[in-house]
Amino acid sequence: MSQVIHHDAHYDPEGSKIGMWLFIFTELLLFGGLFIVYAVYRYLNPEAFEMAAEELNVTIGAVNTIILLVSSMTIAMSTTALQKKQKGTTVVLLEITFMLALIFLINKYFEWGIKFEHGIFPGSEYMTSELSQGEILFYGLYFVMTGLHALHIVVGMVIMGVALHRIQKGTVHPERASLLENAGLYWHLVDLIWIFLFPLFYLIS
Amino acid sequence: MENEKHHIVSYKTYTVILLVLIALTFISIGITNIELGSFAVTGALLLASVKSFLVLTYFMHLKYDKPYIILMVAFVFAVFLAVIIITFFDYFFR
Repeated sequence: MSQVIHHDAHYDPEGSKIGMWLFIFTELLLFGGLFIVYAVYRYLNPEAFEMAAEELNVTIGAVNTIILLVSSMTIAMSTTALQKKQKGTTVVLLEITFMLALIFLINKYFEWGIKFEHGIFPGSEYMTSELSQGEILFYGLYFVMTGLHALHIVVGMVIMGVALHRIQKGTVHPERASLLENAGLYWHLVDLIWIFLFPLFYLIS
Repeated sequence: MENEKHHIVSYKTYTVILLVLIALTFISIGITNIELGSFAVTGALLLASVKSFLVLTYFMHLKYDKPYIILMVAFVFAVFLAVIIITFFDYFFR
C-alpha cells in the first residue's frame, strides 16, 4: 500500500527552491502587468475610479485580508513544525490553512454575488448603459484581477492538498521538505498580491 | 547536503510578524478614512510595500536565504519599477 521511501533518490532542495522562485517571478510580472494597466487607467479616469470603488465593501475586503495574512502564518508555521519533526502539528496547521483559503473563496462568492445582483458584471446591461467608461474599466479590472487571484487561491488549495497527502504518506518528511516549503512560497505569493489588491480596489474612495 | 544547516524560524517570530501585518492593515484602513486627498493613496501603497517587505523577508524566508536569491528577487522588483517609470514618462509627456 505505502510506497517505499528511496533515501538515495535524487533530491536537490536548493534547485527546487530556485525553480519555485523563477516561477514566482513570472507570476509577479503577470500581476505586475495588470497593476500597470490599472495605474494607467486610474491616471486617465481618477474620478470614475474613486466613485466605482465606493461600491466595494471595505469590511469584506479587510476580513479577507486578515484571513490571508493568518493563513500565510499557519502555512509558514507548518514548515517549522515539519522541521521540528512534529508531524501532527504540521498536518493540523496545513489543514487550517486550507480551511482559511476556503473561507476566503466563500467570502469572495458572496461579494461577487452581491455585485451580480446589482447588475454589475462584465458586459451587463446596467454597466454598459448606466456607467461611464472609467467605471466600466474599474469593474473590468476588479473582476479580472480578483478573479485571477481567486484562481491562484484554488491552485494553492490543490497544492496544499497534494502536500497534505504526501506528508501523511511519509514522502514529505523533515529531510525532504521541499514540497511543503514550495507550497508555502506559492501561498505567500498569493498573499503578497492581495496585499496590493486590497488598498488599490477597496481603499481608494 | 545533509550537513547543510537549515534555519528553523520559531513560531514566535511568525506570530509577531502576523500581528505587525494586521496592525499595518488597520492603519492603512484608518488613513484612507481621514481626508488626506492623494496622500491617502500614497500612504496606503507605502504601507502595502512595508507589508510585502515583511512577507518576503520572514514568511518567504529571504532573510535566511543565500544572497543570490535575494539579489534575484530585488532584480525582478527593479525591472517592474523601471517598467512603471518608463510607462508613466510616456503618459506624463504625451
